[in-house]
Amino acid sequence: MHAIGLSFVDWLIIAIYFGFVIGLGFYLKKFTTSEEDFFLAGRKNSSWVAGLAFLSANLGALEILGMTGNTFKYGMYVAHFYWIGAIPAMLFLGVYMMPFYYSSKIKSVPGYLKLRFDEKTRVLNGIAFAVMTLLVSGINLYAMALVLHTFLGWGWHVSMWAAAVTVAAYVTLSGLMSAIFTEIIQFFLIWFGLFLVSILGIVEIGSLKEIFARIPPSFNTLWSTSGNPSQNGMLISWGGIVLGLGFVLSFGYWTTDFLVVQRAFSAKDLRSARMTPILASFFKMALPFIVILAGLIALVLAGDPKSGFHLISDNGHINYDSALPLLIARYYPKGLVGLGVTALLAGFMAGQAGNISAFNTVWTYDIYKSIINKKASDTHLLWMGRAATIVGIVISLGTAYWAMSFPSIMDYMQAIFSWVNAPLFATMLLGMFIVWITPNGAFWGLITGMSSSFFLYLADKFNWIDKSILTLSNTSSDMAVNFWRAWWAWLICFVVTIVISLFTKKKPKEELVGLVKGLTKENIDKDISFFKRPEFYAVLSLIVLVALNIYFW
Amino acid sequence: MKPIWYFVGLILSIMGTIIFITGIYNLYHPEPTQKILSSTHPDIWWGAIMVVVGFIYIIRNRKIKIE
Repeated sequence: MHAIGLSFVDWLIIAIYFGFVIGLGFYLKKFTTSEEDFFLAGRKNSSWVAGLAFLSANLGALEILGMTGNTFKYGMYVAHFYWIGAIPAMLFLGVYMMPFYYSSKIKSVPGYLKLRFDEKTRVLNGIAFAVMTLLVSGINLYAMALVLHTFLGWGWHVSMWAAAVTVAAYVTLSGLMSAIFTEIIQFFLIWFGLFLVSILGIVEIGSLKEIFARIPPSFNTLWSTSGNPSQNGMLISWGGIVLGLGFVLSFGYWTTDFLVVQRAFSAKDLRSARMTPILASFFKMALPFIVILAGLIALVLAGDPKSGFHLISDNGHINYDSALPLLIARYYPKGLVGLGVTALLAGFMAGQAGNISAFNTVWTYDIYKSIINKKASDTHLLWMGRAATIVGIVISLGTAYWAMSFPSIMDYMQAIFSWVNAPLFATMLLGMFIVWITPNGAFWGLITGMSSSFFLYLADKFNWIDKSILTLSNTSSDMAVNFWRAWWAWLICFVVTIVISLFTKKKPKEELVGLVKGLTKENIDKDISFFKRPEFYAVLSLIVLVALNIYFW
Repeated sequence: MKPIWYFVGLILSIMGTIIFITGIYNLYHPEPTQKILSSTHPDIWWGAIMVVVGFIYIIRNRKIKIE
């Protein structure tokens, strides 16, 4: 594989970015004096700042390169990840769940589990989340090194260590605050660095209509071929999309994964916290105009022999992730190549910083303070947060080297999410909306859900059961199996939690005030005008979502 | 401290200026191998857009300080 090759100007732009984020870390350090500043960015962000950070924390390595590559592989169905696979969950978080999270003044999602259920459920989720975050963080580092190594020609070790040291520097200096600052800068760099690919692609091919006209029918629709899995690129039915992706995986990630929810906790008041995911939803819906469109442009160009465009092959296997970097190399002159590469690097580093800042919070509050040092002072916790950042990065480096041996990164990413997030969403949903769910019900439901998800993963991997039992279809892709496995894990956790709760001791109602619907005052944001209410913007977002789905049906 | 939007403006205008100037240089000293659609000079107009957006953010936030 050949490196794209960079000029002096391109290197200058990359160097400016690295210098800028480390400089920001030093600038923000003097404003980071308390543990609340470090872990929650002082709880003073506007909904715009928190909203863009909320979105950007998710916009990591695989999101950009992986989804463009997946579009080449599966077609328009990948847009489901951005629309039905994200928006309903984000709106549900803002409208219904955020009041319980934010009002209880918790510092982490496991912290909510302690208040609603008990300490053991909190520690279980804290440990599962910490392990998951470090695994994802390592994969993120590995993916970043993959790009630097493959497209810029950097060595593996130099690539991984350069990225790790930079992230460690600015997160250690000022924690969540610098993570949020760099996430917002990353948001702008991604749009300015990558949207031009879509514009130039449309100019070269002729029009958006022409792009869709030149793609096979199984690749250019969103829903119309979902009745029969064999007729669409992802080999999945609408049931798998709605239940597996749209409901379980999406709600599991966007409403319970502390990596993204932590950004909303940094908002200055409850309304801003509620607006955080709602504002982010509009930008999330726009992202396919970068990633999906770039994938479709690559698909059209690859199908036209005269274009001279083809994806890179490694030992006979097509490298789908090369689609976006190759488009950058195709269109961008000197200077813009540097911007494009910086946008990719910014995405990787912000995703990495997001993982590490979420890890240091959960480690410090839900594991260290909860079971190791219950009397730790605020100053000690601030020190522990910084130490956890360094240790987290070092462990991530270890998991990054481990990830190098994986045959498929995406496969393991989805597996990790379905082990932890899918069952947790069942626990959260029941905990927030049903008063009589008990601590033991939640704990054993969570254990059963996580174990069953892990078992189903192994059963599929080693062919202990037939795929058709999981997917209810004779035709399925790996992605379809992921969606359905998440659904079954959620259902098992949901049922076990309810059954055990029927026979175990309930928490007194007075301990659940503010944590469960029915025991919490319902007049949130009712004193502000209709056009400023989060519900109004949530409905607007929903209308845009429906319109996009109908347009691309 | 300065709001984040100020820093967004700063980095966009710095990078935009470099890309714009490089585009002007490329106009008079074209590269031996031309990229697809290089005749549209994306570096010049895209760099200019970045500078304009960057300056708007800087000007709007230059006097703002947040607690």
